[in-house]
Amino acid sequence: MMKMDGSTGKQGLIFDIKRYSINDGPGIRVTVFFKGCPLSCAWCHNPESQSFDVQKLYTIARCMSCNSCVQACPNQALSLSNGEGIKTKQDLCDNCGVCAEVCPSKAVEMCGKEWSAELVMKEIRKEMLVMKTSGGGVTFSGGEPLANPELLVELLSACKAEEIHTAVDTSGFAKKDILLKIATVTDLFLYDLKLIDPERHKKYTGASNTIILENLKELSKIHENIILRVPLIERINTDEESIKEMIDYIVSLPGLTKHVNLLPYHSIAAVKYARLGGTYNHENLNEPGHDRQLAIQDQFNKAGINAVIGG
Amino acid sequence: MFEKVKQHTSSPERQMGSEGNFYPEPGTGPGMNERIRRLRAESVDTPVSISIERALIETEFYRENQGKYSIPVMRALNFLEICRKKAIYIGHNELIVGERGDSPRAVYTFPELNCHSAEDLRVLRTRDQQNYFISDEDISKYASEVIPFWEGRSMRDRIFSHVPEEWKAAYEAGLFTEFMEQRAPGHTCLDGKIYQKGMLDFKKEIEQEILNLDYFGDPEATDKEEQLRAMAISCDAIILLAERHAKKAEDLAGKEKDPGRRSELLKIVDVCNWVPAHAPRDFREAIQMYWFVHLGTIIELNGWDAMNPGHFDQHLIPFYEEGVRNGTLCREQAKELLSCFWIKVNNQPAPPKVGITARESGTYNDFTNINVGGVKPDGNDAVNEVSYLMLEVIEELHILQPGNSVHISTITPDEFLDSALKVIRQGHGYPSVFNADIYIKEMLRSGKTLEDAREGGCSGCIEVGAFGKEAYLLTGYLNVPKILELTLNNGFDPVSGKKPGIQTGDPSLMVSYEQFCKAFNKQLKYIIDLKIKVNNYIDRMYALNSPATFLSVVIDDCIKKGKDYYNGGARYNTTYIQCTGLATVADSLSVLKKHVFEDRKVTMDHLLEALGRNFEGEEILRQRILNYTPFFGNDDDTADEIAVHVFNDLFRLIDGRPNGKEGGKYHLNMLSTTCHIYFGKVLGATPNGRLAGKSISDGTSPSHGCDIHGPSAVIKSLSKLDHTLTGGTLLNLRFLPSLLKRDSDIRKLGSLIRSYFAMGGHHVQFNIVDTSTLIAAREHPEEYRDLLVRMAGYSDYFNDMNEDLKQEVIERTENESFG
Repeated sequence: MMKMDGSTGKQGLIFDIKRYSINDGPGIRVTVFFKGCPLSCAWCHNPESQSFDVQKLYTIARCMSCNSCVQACPNQALSLSNGEGIKTKQDLCDNCGVCAEVCPSKAVEMCGKEWSAELVMKEIRKEMLVMKTSGGGVTFSGGEPLANPELLVELLSACKAEEIHTAVDTSGFAKKDILLKIATVTDLFLYDLKLIDPERHKKYTGASNTIILENLKELSKIHENIILRVPLIERINTDEESIKEMIDYIVSLPGLTKHVNLLPYHSIAAVKYARLGGTYNHENLNEPGHDRQLAIQDQFNKAGINAVIGG
Repeated sequence: MFEKVKQHTSSPERQMGSEGNFYPEPGTGPGMNERIRRLRAESVDTPVSISIERALIETEFYRENQGKYSIPVMRALNFLEICRKKAIYIGHNELIVGERGDSPRAVYTFPELNCHSAEDLRVLRTRDQQNYFISDEDISKYASEVIPFWEGRSMRDRIFSHVPEEWKAAYEAGLFTEFMEQRAPGHTCLDGKIYQKGMLDFKKEIEQEILNLDYFGDPEATDKEEQLRAMAISCDAIILLAERHAKKAEDLAGKEKDPGRRSELLKIVDVCNWVPAHAPRDFREAIQMYWFVHLGTIIELNGWDAMNPGHFDQHLIPFYEEGVRNGTLCREQAKELLSCFWIKVNNQPAPPKVGITARESGTYNDFTNINVGGVKPDGNDAVNEVSYLMLEVIEELHILQPGNSVHISTITPDEFLDSALKVIRQGHGYPSVFNADIYIKEMLRSGKTLEDAREGGCSGCIEVGAFGKEAYLLTGYLNVPKILELTLNNGFDPVSGKKPGIQTGDPSLMVSYEQFCKAFNKQLKYIIDLKIKVNNYIDRMYALNSPATFLSVVIDDCIKKGKDYYNGGARYNTTYIQCTGLATVADSLSVLKKHVFEDRKVTMDHLLEALGRNFEGEEILRQRILNYTPFFGNDDDTADEIAVHVFNDLFRLIDGRPNGKEGGKYHLNMLSTTCHIYFGKVLGATPNGRLAGKSISDGTSPSHGCDIHGPSAVIKSLSKLDHTLTGGTLLNLRFLPSLLKRDSDIRKLGSLIRSYFAMGGHHVQFNIVDTSTLIAAREHPEEYRDLLVRMAGYSDYFNDMNEDLKQEVIERTENESFG
């Protein structure tokens, strides 16, 4: 339904809007994080972005054990156990958020909030001067922003109207026509490439990469500004074979110059998994050694791909 | 030290060799040559000590001569006597000569201003921070010869015996500090005149003004004559001091076996026989000229803050270019001479402070602040080759003094800003970054001509003034959060149990936020009035009893007016009151507004009770406050508007009030140096959740840890204040090195600065350190002796800071962001 201000009033779950973002495209950027992702990569450093629902985050270090949330919970889903903080009976919890509202120290927070395009734009505009001065803009990230194409298109179009540079950080796992439509209103794609081998891709991300690789081929035909982002995780995609497949695939893509950001894995997210109430099985996840990183970069560059380490 | 420097200013890149960098031998990277390395080591490793030489000369002189002359002439003759008798030091490797004390790092006392007791001297020797060595023998000499003469006669004794009781009550409660209770008013920067005129030229001007005096029509003519004669004597004194250096160099040359050093010494003879009597003829003489003038002002008195060459790069560039053109100077030599100068400044620690003044400004730094870049008096870009040379010297020497700053206008090239940021990235804390366009507007607003404003800049930490033409005195810091505390307690001070404020109403009975603000305003006015009243009295004390007759020679229009720098002689006369804790107050008011008066979830009584108990048993309330209140520094209009209100109130209560000098006015300044630590110590818990004794917010920075939306939100909040209404605001931003790894990160930081300045920001400075470094530094101080940390308007060695300051640096919000 069209509203008075011309917006369709499309809402979407956003879990963070970060200013002074300097690793997600050129200049100083605002990064808007969409909640919800069709993939579930083993190394995901934004685990709270995966679910399409509002989620409760619990940071035990902040918890004062004041019992406020236990008393306030309308469903009696919470209990306080000595030394282990707040426990949630998942079957009773309906994510109503009352516990977060009453928590004095923000030990309990609700992750994800419905935002309208207009409200997001209001946040973006706060950074206007800094974005313009630095040659920056806005990056839509996630989660998977393409999973909410209506809101994404509305935001991209609004940015375009205000001459704000836009980037979409995507896994590429989306319907082709959606991606190609988005491409008409996006200045830059940050496109993730994890593994070329479909089996291993499915094993580590929960989905096949057929759509991702085909989409990238199509996108490369019609869009000039694509930076490929390749996470480097030891024993998962940094062996000779994986790197070679990756390079061969990238070289085969249409388009003249290929830009790749090599992003060494970091375990910073471990604490986030704990907040979601889960555990993070990351003992086997490591970044490759510095020499190996440089060797991989070298291999990319020798194949005519412009690769840098870091975003 | 030097070996730890991994990167250097890569822009502009230079070839090695005669025109290029300053490397001792190829392949060793950037750094100092052997001479500079040795001089630097001497400066850094020599413990700070007290030299009682000046006090002894002065006491003897006063004993014999007091009452024989007018006060200005007496002061000038005293200065002449010190220049005649003081020890002359010329170090082995030195090219630029002259020390304030009898040797490097030896600092004088000024018993006529503050007569240290023997006990003071013993404390100074043994205290943990900023100790000053003095021998038992000197202490007993001081006790028998100096103290008996000055006790009860010093400016400090006289001030404290005159001030009203209510002032004392407020001062002791920590509502404000008083700069002039043990140091003279100073805070002066020079313009370019000493590179055009020598002391003999100034003397001619003085003599002409004496001839012009109207003894029949001008009731002040005789006073003016005494003042002018005193100024002429002061010119002689500094010429004599230089000639004694020439003589000493000649003696040393006679004994010197190394022909290289002998010819260097003979060059010193030449230079010191020429400047400061005459205008300098080349680059080296220009530096030596300034240095003698600098020494003159810091030997004459101990004015806040030291002395400052101002736009030194602009003053030196004609000499540099001429030297390079006629083949008498190469880049390497120029850099060596600049390095010698830098080390000279570092050799002069701040005079020993005691009592509250030591607590408000605990540092050896005496706040000489070299302005690099900026604009020329004609409005064009001033960045030149000497500016880049200075950046290299700053980076390679990384010593505490002199402070330095880069001045950025919209016309300043990016290349210069990038070069400065690469130095900042090293984490030495230098240079700080100023907005030249805005401080010019600040000066125009306070009545300077455009040309004088453009020749002005910043000195000390962030204070604005018209260089060479203005006496802009800092009078002391105002503890604005403490005034809020008085308001919350109806004039009482819960910390001391006394009543230094006035009754502005019982806050429990207040029904609206506006009503509370009114009460706060009344309390503010009362304390500010008290401060101004006593300050005007102290100012007159200095004008009448302790004129600065040498300083007056080099500041326009003291000669023309026949008046002293302290007596309205300068073209512009400004008095700054430095207001601290803006964010602490704004955040506290935000808490009252939201929780007490709007949401009404917390009663005033409950809050007051919680404050009285320092939030003990009230952690739930405290956490709610911390997590559910809009705080300044997050680009949140609700909180930012409160800060703007407080800021405007302070402006209204201070700006434009007469300061007792012709046309002179009070202006607002938003500096805190380290005073926010002291002020925090004397302050109970505040409504913003800050616990008793913890430091208040510094300058105009957000409360520590309360800016959670990154640096661009911080600059947006800060830019909602109208900086042109002040004589300086201060923003500390701490960055971890990981945010500045790549050159592209540097350019992004440059854009952040440009954005802040486009929105009207006055100043920003960066702490580039990581927490683990700081924690390690605290545990193993000996391994981090060279770790400089910038905070609150200056840099200091991390090790020299007290535990509170160290903790604060560690806790400050880390603007770490992961992509």
